[in-house]
Amino acid sequence: MSELLRLGGRTWSSRLIMGTGGFRSLVQLEEALVASGAEMATVALRRVDPDSRTESPLSVIDRLGLFLLPNTAGCYTARDATRTARLARDAFGTSWIKLEVIGDDRTLHPDPVELVAAAEELVADGFTVLPYASDDPVLARRLEAVGCAAVMPLGSPIGSGRGIDNPYNLALIVEQAGVPVILDAGIGTASDAALAMELGCDGVLLASSVSRADDPAAMAAAMRKAVEAGHDARRAGRIPRRLHAQASTPDAGLPRLG
Amino acid sequence: MRVSVNGVERELAAGATVADVVRSLVEAPERGVAVALDGEVVPRSRWQATSLVEGQAVEVLRAVQGG
Repeated sequence: MSELLRLGGRTWSSRLIMGTGGFRSLVQLEEALVASGAEMATVALRRVDPDSRTESPLSVIDRLGLFLLPNTAGCYTARDATRTARLARDAFGTSWIKLEVIGDDRTLHPDPVELVAAAEELVADGFTVLPYASDDPVLARRLEAVGCAAVMPLGSPIGSGRGIDNPYNLALIVEQAGVPVILDAGIGTASDAALAMELGCDGVLLASSVSRADDPAAMAAAMRKAVEAGHDARRAGRIPRRLHAQASTPDAGLPRLG
Repeated sequence: MRVSVNGVERELAAGATVADVVRSLVEAPERGVAVALDGEVVPRSRWQATSLVEGQAVEVLRAVQGG
């Protein structure tokens, strides 16, 4: 049994956090959430469309008894993001927020200056802030210093499926962090999630790799196992990489056969 | 009076409240709906008491799928 994740003053038995974006239907979303074993799922806030009769993802999340993590997706300034966080708090009755402040349309990289400003303001206002961040150790330190409950560096750009572009930076972030590190964005397949955990991340937040997979529920189940396996492997302590072989069978007792 | 509701100009009766606008868009404003008036959140407890004035912008938001 793996140790439990402590995040934001709560204890979690799953280290996989599910984003809900990109699913082709709410049925697929629900099946994937169940298969993932996740206890927390994200939603975004958008304008009410009175012509739309589709069920809200909120009803799926509530039905499954999952913890809701609203995000500030689509915000480009600290002002927009802090306003969106306060709207989410009113809408959902939670002070937890996945803080996203985007700085670039094409890569969806965060704007670190606006991000730290927004995080600081929201922490002061009593929010539990989980910031989507660049894979920058200095930014991670800044976010922790202003009181974020975790840091959530990207592995590679959102939805790119490229995995972890810079495992060295991620290892640096993990090494120094005094709060949980959640790998957020870029996961393509199960081995990426396992690698994040093997590098010492405390959890993984992913969406597209599951929601846009051919079989989302099957990929969600694979991600669940990958996160668990990666975490267990990290705790078990991997062997060092070597240039040459190291025999696993002893030479002693080798017979002379000619 | 003219008020912007989710980016669309609408003609509302004088004295219309935030609660009136929400009801016009959402049948049962369950958990998961939030309102901003000129960018600032209007807590659910104040929807009924908050009257709109000419030229204001109301945003009525709800949960959607998102990472």
